[in-house]
Amino acid sequence: MSHRGWETVIGLEVHVQLATKTKIFSGASTAFGAEPNTQACAIDLAMPGTLPVLNKQAVNYAIMFGLAIDAEIARESAFERKNYFYPDLPKGYQTTQLEKPIVGRGNVEIQLADGSKKSIRIHHAHLEEDAGKSLHEGNFSSNFSGIDLNRAGTPLIEIVSEPDMRNAEEAVAFAKKLHSIVTSIGICDGEMSQGSMRFDVNVSVRPHGTTELGTRTETKNLNSFKFMEEAIAREVERQIDLIEDGGKVIQETRLYNGDTKVARSMRSKEEANDYRYFPCPDLLPVIVSEETIAELRRTLPELPDARQARFVAQYELSDYDAGILSSDAATAHYFETVVSHSNNAKLTANWIMGELSARLNSQDLSVAKSPVSAEQLAGLIARISDSSISGKMAKDVFDGMWAGQGSADDIIEARGLKQVSDSGALEKIVADVLAANPAMVEDYINSDESKRGKKLGGFMGKIMQASKGQANPQQVNQLLLQKLNTLL
Amino acid sequence: MGIERSEIEKLATLSRIAIDEGTISDVARRLDSVLQLVDQLQAADTTGIDTMAHPMQAIQRLRDDRVSELNQRDALQAIAPAVEDGLFLVPKVIE
Repeated sequence: MSHRGWETVIGLEVHVQLATKTKIFSGASTAFGAEPNTQACAIDLAMPGTLPVLNKQAVNYAIMFGLAIDAEIARESAFERKNYFYPDLPKGYQTTQLEKPIVGRGNVEIQLADGSKKSIRIHHAHLEEDAGKSLHEGNFSSNFSGIDLNRAGTPLIEIVSEPDMRNAEEAVAFAKKLHSIVTSIGICDGEMSQGSMRFDVNVSVRPHGTTELGTRTETKNLNSFKFMEEAIAREVERQIDLIEDGGKVIQETRLYNGDTKVARSMRSKEEANDYRYFPCPDLLPVIVSEETIAELRRTLPELPDARQARFVAQYELSDYDAGILSSDAATAHYFETVVSHSNNAKLTANWIMGELSARLNSQDLSVAKSPVSAEQLAGLIARISDSSISGKMAKDVFDGMWAGQGSADDIIEARGLKQVSDSGALEKIVADVLAANPAMVEDYINSDESKRGKKLGGFMGKIMQASKGQANPQQVNQLLLQKLNTLL
Repeated sequence: MGIERSEIEKLATLSRIAIDEGTISDVARRLDSVLQLVDQLQAADTTGIDTMAHPMQAIQRLRDDRVSELNQRDALQAIAPAVEDGLFLVPKVIE
C-alpha cells in the first residue's frame, strides 16, 4: 500500500495490565482508584531488605496469552533489571525480561474492513512490572511533582510485534484484536481509560517498492484506538514531509496528546537507551511444567475467532455481525444473555449494534457498565417480537429503561404504550375511520388498481392517529385491505 | 584496552554517582582491572552451553495471588522528606 509514493512500516509494543488481585512481586492490592500510596507496600517502595516473590497468577496469565496466540511457551524464563532513574521507579530499575521471555514467537490474525485477513507476527511477550505515577499538579508547590506508587509493581505483559503493519488501519485492527484476545481469556479487564492497555507505536517510511527499513520513531503511551490512528497518520505525514524537504528522520521517542492533537519529541536524552540490563539476582529462573501448560490449555476460555464462528453457526448471524458481537468478551456475554431470554438473535444483534452501542459510545461507557441490563433488553425484545409494541414505541421504552424507569413491561404499562393487536378493537377503529372519510373511500374505489397501494397510506395515517399510535401496523394494513376490497 | 575518561564520566552520569576530577584516573585503573578479569572469562569456550540466569541450582517459588499487604502508608511515609495528600513529593520532573 502506497501513500504519496511511500510505504509505511509499523510495529507495536503493547503493555497489558494483568487482572491479578495483587502485584507481580508483592501481596499489595492492584485495585484501581485507591487513595494514593495506600496500595504500595515496603517491597513496592524498594525498602532495603525486601525481596520479590513472583505471583503465580501473573505467570499463568502470561502463559494463557501465549497459548491464545499459538506461541512457544518458554519452559525456563528469567528476569532482568532494566536500569534507569525516575522518581516513579523507586528501585532504580524495572524488573523485566529480556533474553529469556516467557512467551516466544506467535501469530495474531487480523481482519480488515474489506474482509481480507492478514497475519501479524509476534516477536515475543514478556512479564514485567509497571511503574508508579507522577502527578505534576496538585495541592503542592509547583516546584514539586507528586508520586503515587499504587501502580508500581502491577503485573504487565509487554507484547512486541514484528514490523508487519503497513498502515494505521492494520495497526488499529491489530490493537483491537489483542484487546479482544486478552479480554476474552480474562487476563486483562481491557479498561483503556484506566490505562489497562497502552500502546507504543514504531513508525517508519520507505520509498514504495524498496525493502530497506527507514529510520523509525516511537510514539509512546497511546491509550485509545482513536488516538493511535491519529498519531500514526500525523507521524507518517511528518516523516514524508521531512524527507521530501531534504531532511532526515531522527530515531527518537515522541508523545502524542490526543486532546490537543499535538505530537512532540520527548526531550532527547542521548543516554536514555543505555539501560545496562543484567539478570536479576533476587529472582530465580521460572520453570513452567508441562502439566501447568496442559492444564492452562485445557481451561483456556473461548477465543474471539472461535466465538465468531460459533455465533454464525449457532445464531445464524452474518459474519460481520458475529465479528462485532464476539470481538469483546463483555459484549459477547451481553449478547448471549439477551438471546437466552429473547430467543431472537437477529433482533437482539440489531439492538445491541444499533441503539445500545450508539448510546454507550455517546456516554463513553463500556457494555459492562450499561444502564440497561441484558435482562431488561431481553424484556424489550420479547415485546417487539410478540408485536405488543411497535419499533417506534420500542425506542421510547428503551429511553425509559436507560433513564432507570424499570423493565420494559413496567414502562409499557405505566405509559399505556401497549400496541393494540386485538382484532375486534382494530376492526372498529378501521370501520370508524372509513365511515368518517367517505370522500377518501370514494377516491380509492375509483382509482386504478395500480394506484390504490399508495392511497392506503392516507388511511393508515388516520387510523394510527385514532389509535394514538398504538395500533399494530401489520394488522391494520390487513384489515384495511379486507374492508376496502369488500367495497369494490 | 584501557577504559576512556569519557566512558567513566558517562557511567557516572547513568549511575547518578558523583566522581570528582581527581579520582577519575584511579576509578579508571580499578575498572580496567575488572574488565581484564572479564576478558579472561570471555576467553573461555562456551559453545553449546546455555546462558546461566542464576548461579543457584534452584527455581523460583511462586506466590498465590492473595492480598497479604495492608495499607501502611502513614508508617512508610514517616521517613519521607516531603509528602502531601498521600503523595511523595520530589523535585519537579516533567519530560
